[in-house]
Amino acid sequence: MDGFSDDGFSDDGFSDDGFSDDGFSDDDFIELDGIEKVFEVRRRAGLLRRERREVRAVDGISFRVPRGEMVGYIGPNGAGKSTTIKMLTGILVPSGGRLRVAGIDPSRERTRLARRIGVVFGQRTTLWWDLPLRDSYALVRRMYRIPDDRYRRNLDRCVELLDLGDLLDVPVRQLSLGQRMRGDIAAALLHDPEVLYLDEPTIGLDVVSKAKVRGFLREVNAEHGTTVLLTTHDLTDIEQLCKRVMVIDHGRLVYDGGLDGLHAVGGSERTLVVDLERELPPIEVPGARTVRVEGPRQWLAFPAAASAAPLVAAVADGYPLVDLSVREPEIEDVIARMLFPGSEPEEGAARGAVRSVGPH
Amino acid sequence: MAEPLPRARAYDGLRAYALIVAMWVRSTMAYRTSFLIMAFGNFAVNVLDFVAIALMFSHIDTLGGFTLAEVAFLYGTSGTAFGLADLALGSMERVGRRIRDGTLDTLLVRPVPILAQVAADRFALRRLGRIVQGALLLGWSLTRLDIDWTPDRVVLVPLMLLSGAVIFGAVFVLGGAFQFWAKDASEVQNSFTYGGTTMLQYPPTVFADELLRGVTFVIPLAFVNWLPALYVLGRPNPLGLPGWIGFTAPLVALGCAAVAGLAWRAGLRTYQSTGS
Repeated sequence: MDGFSDDGFSDDGFSDDGFSDDGFSDDDFIELDGIEKVFEVRRRAGLLRRERREVRAVDGISFRVPRGEMVGYIGPNGAGKSTTIKMLTGILVPSGGRLRVAGIDPSRERTRLARRIGVVFGQRTTLWWDLPLRDSYALVRRMYRIPDDRYRRNLDRCVELLDLGDLLDVPVRQLSLGQRMRGDIAAALLHDPEVLYLDEPTIGLDVVSKAKVRGFLREVNAEHGTTVLLTTHDLTDIEQLCKRVMVIDHGRLVYDGGLDGLHAVGGSERTLVVDLERELPPIEVPGARTVRVEGPRQWLAFPAAASAAPLVAAVADGYPLVDLSVREPEIEDVIARMLFPGSEPEEGAARGAVRSVGPH
Repeated sequence: MAEPLPRARAYDGLRAYALIVAMWVRSTMAYRTSFLIMAFGNFAVNVLDFVAIALMFSHIDTLGGFTLAEVAFLYGTSGTAFGLADLALGSMERVGRRIRDGTLDTLLVRPVPILAQVAADRFALRRLGRIVQGALLLGWSLTRLDIDWTPDRVVLVPLMLLSGAVIFGAVFVLGGAFQFWAKDASEVQNSFTYGGTTMLQYPPTVFADELLRGVTFVIPLAFVNWLPALYVLGRPNPLGLPGWIGFTAPLVALGCAAVAGLAWRAGLRTYQSTGS
């Protein structure tokens, strides 16, 4: 039995929202149309006077995510990433626009939607601080009414893949950040959610924990077709997990597409690192320029959108080649280049051309 | 299809409340000695509180025309009603902190009503101490009072305890709701809950008429025990109101609960979370 056929939410009589229960609908799973969120910030201005100010944290965002997709949601601090996630989960009520997740309006039917989604906040735990993981999970099981066999199967899988075996009897407050994060991710997946939101899931983790988390997410997505939306500051997360990336800045979507397209828009360059047999003067091949020489090793920059194959062939043809590798550009630079272009932004970035006043 | 039926929601809420409470009780019982000490401490503090009143009566025979047994009746009813509300909903005070630091978010993504989660959060069984003390005192007063136990008087005693608990509970929820707007509303709420229960332990006759009018018609704390108790004890209402008004306590309690529920919903909709 696959994990989606009986999510336990059909028992309360709500399965008439346009989605067949087999989970293979082609409809868009997450739909946003012109979503806005305006915060009213009150500041003390003098003894009794208060100043009211409106902050547009999210300023007219529209996108669609089909079922089973894994999407990265990135942008600078205060761009509106977390605010978007909070609206998607029903924590915050949008100030304008239309929003549907699995056909449900999150802010109107928050608790009903909650059975079908999993949420992980990198900055805070959804587990019970004073309880061992095992007790937290048992409570989650009863809250979500997860059938016994499914609960045991899911828990076993999480324990194995996330390496939680030794941690089940430790109170959450005694766990390290990496352990707690793994515990949180497991808790969010016990009820087989159809979509998983992760807000900074790798923040503050060491390299090993990061790799574990990424591997697990990839597996969950591949095996169960779980839709995943994650925000992150670590762009390796995106590189390794997401085919599609959305960039948000000042509450507006400024890019939505593949990682390669992001490079093209930003006009970024990849690097070909070649090891030659001996020290030689800078290599000269068409379509690339040598940016650095260090003994027999040389670095050649070429447009990220171009293919590396002809370049490699040209180098191998004219030089005594020992080894080579291609390095992707730092996406942080790519985004910076896209957000602050020297010239006019190209197609895809056009929506971000007019900027509003942001929250900071 | 809008919200689930109110009845289903109420059931879900109570079920979740019971689940979370059971978990906290289990985790409390892991440290049994610690729990017993805390519960006894809670009980002893409340007992000493009444000892002060008893000592006062060694110098006077009546307080505002009420005997020691009658004051004990007021004390017991108010203490038990408040104790029940405090046990069930005392955790509402913590919601302010959760709103400020944004940890309310983690409760909002669970498939159970938020009020149930907040109310059951860190459920403290030690608060039983206050109920035990209130009930013992009430029991003692009943053995000493010379009351004409007509059926309506017999019914009114448990009815007033329940209504009183609901009224105090509504004040807890109302206080929690206001914390969505004013971050320090819990202090105001404390003055109505803790302050209210202290006031209700004394005979209404010792207070000014303005105050009595206030707690009868504005914030109906007088319905917790004063108005029903006046009828049970066969005493006239200081404001000249008829005795049957004590029987309206359940209606007043339901009204309070409805107002508190609406305020909570409104508060939740204004929730802005925090930055990250």
